[in-house]
Amino acid sequence: MNALDFLAQTLRIAIPYLLAAAGGVLSERAGLIGLTLEGYMLGGAFCAAVGSYAAGAPWVGVVAAILGGGLLAMLYATSAIRFKADQVVVGIAINLLAIGLTRFFLRLIFDSSSNSPRVPGFEVKGSGTGFVALAHNPLVWIGVVIIPIVSLVLYRTPFGLRVRAVGEHPAAAASVGVPVMRVRYLAVALSGMIAGMGGAYLALDQHQFTDGMTAGRGFIALAAIIFGRWDPMRAGLACLLFAAAETLQIQLQGTQAIPSQFVEMIPYVLTIVALAGIVGRAVPPAALGKTTTE
Amino acid sequence: MSRRAIIEEAVLPPLVALLLAAVVGDALILTFGQSPGAVYKLLLEGTWGNAYGFGQVLYKATTLVFTGLAVGLGLRAGLFNIGAESQLAAGGFCAALVGLLLPAGIPALLCLPLYILAAAAGGGVVGAVPGVLKAKFGAHEVIVTIMLNFIVLALLNYLTSAKVHVPDTLHTPEIKSGALPRLGDMFSSFHGSAANATILLGVATAIALGWYLFRTRRGFELRAVGLQPRAAEYAGVNVASVTWRALAASGAIAGIGGLNYVLGYKHYYEEGFATGAGFLGIAVALVGRNHPVGIVVAALLFATLSQGGLAVNALVPKQMVDVLQAVVILAVATSVPEVRRLLRGVRRRTDS
Repeated sequence: MNALDFLAQTLRIAIPYLLAAAGGVLSERAGLIGLTLEGYMLGGAFCAAVGSYAAGAPWVGVVAAILGGGLLAMLYATSAIRFKADQVVVGIAINLLAIGLTRFFLRLIFDSSSNSPRVPGFEVKGSGTGFVALAHNPLVWIGVVIIPIVSLVLYRTPFGLRVRAVGEHPAAAASVGVPVMRVRYLAVALSGMIAGMGGAYLALDQHQFTDGMTAGRGFIALAAIIFGRWDPMRAGLACLLFAAAETLQIQLQGTQAIPSQFVEMIPYVLTIVALAGIVGRAVPPAALGKTTTE
Repeated sequence: MSRRAIIEEAVLPPLVALLLAAVVGDALILTFGQSPGAVYKLLLEGTWGNAYGFGQVLYKATTLVFTGLAVGLGLRAGLFNIGAESQLAAGGFCAALVGLLLPAGIPALLCLPLYILAAAAGGGVVGAVPGVLKAKFGAHEVIVTIMLNFIVLALLNYLTSAKVHVPDTLHTPEIKSGALPRLGDMFSSFHGSAANATILLGVATAIALGWYLFRTRRGFELRAVGLQPRAAEYAGVNVASVTWRALAASGAIAGIGGLNYVLGYKHYYEEGFATGAGFLGIAVALVGRNHPVGIVVAALLFATLSQGGLAVNALVPKQMVDVLQAVVILAVATSVPEVRRLLRGVRRRTDS
């Protein structure tokens, strides 16, 4: 495998991470823990498969995924913001709900407990591989630009300033007239919609939905956010790093040089190292996980 | 606050949640064109209605008692242990390792303490890591335990597949000593169900934990840290030490739960036996309001749901119970602050 193929494969693996991490940064910077990314992705993947199957067009699947991820996010936001429920508990419940609902409707719609039938994806005309194949997929383009866009929004727009303010010091933000709750709702809804597209990418890339197909990718995105110290660009780089490690693992699989399980651990070990402050301290937004009365 | 008020605030949210779950359950059953009454009847018949089904409920509840107590203990100290799944797996793995080292035919009563110790050590070490990282570096235990789940499960998979597995399987060789008696050995009608003597260990652990939390000085300190760490520190409690010890103990309790599968059921460690038990443990602790009695009741409830799913599969997809479990957690978490606010509002009006 040459270097170009390696890069293409890395990008292919990184796209869902980039989308989920971009959404997750928005939610976490607004003060709401991104444990739910896994659920948004799974819900998004299922909606994408259903939409694409029903309409015969992958674009419909993408729109469905955005709606599905956004809906789960609004449920999370309502519970955590309006009802002041514990974010960690609700986050876990949202993930379990996504698993349960996708399984139930997989049986109801496709009469299967494992996977959907083949659904249309963004087909490549001819037999392109590597970057050529990737370039035909609009979700790849969205995945590449979403990180800089979130970075711009967060640091260069009034909305981004408000997001950061409600995530650091909601009382201070409220005292200067920022509608804290509304900003939080919006940030969480956007995070669900963007992460839902990450799920859509998975389902459309594999041309089907399979039970539990996100396989912890939402948590890898969360790891990337923390390893990237809640900065979108750094989180994006972390996604690429984790994806490169996975590509390497796939390459090494035949050679048995390093057991695959140890490569799997890399993102999680790096995250714990970053959190413990052994190599530079990762400090979360001050109001992350806290309920607010403003 | 009066005792009655405390009980009201603790018991009402789970009841609200169950009501909501029943409504959602009805809706799901109706989308499948079945009658809710028939489905619920089948669910009860397949679980509490016959000895085999009830035995399966008891078996599933046993694991959940351990993970529920583990999460509940952490929450009493204000710490969220999301790592019960990997702690459970590590406990089971260590017990299986000890079993492979012991010569065959040792009576259960002699080697049982060894097994318990091994399982507690396995889970305890996994629990101590986030405890120490929190106490020393302030690393948030929620994130560390999530990440550690993936790390520990990958490590156990590696150790099993590379070192001790039976070829072409995902499990270790069978252990020859210390198998715990099954309920089916004593009462023939339970025959075939996996319920075993580990359940007694679970009940004993619940009693011991209740005594520790509410009747000892250390337990009082732990609860004080959970309620208000700064005040506890000011009163002379060593918060860092309580923190790491609570998480280590929480991990050890989850680890002992591994015996239910390894000693009581299959007599070997198998990849993936702990899947989902950690998150359900959170549900159990939440619905049981972090009280040992509540946790045992909630474990029975969630075990009934998961066994009941299999019983109703002929009428509606068993995946329905996955949705219901999530709805229960979501509804309890959402209604706890709301119920408290409403109850206190009502009381204020009646008092004045």
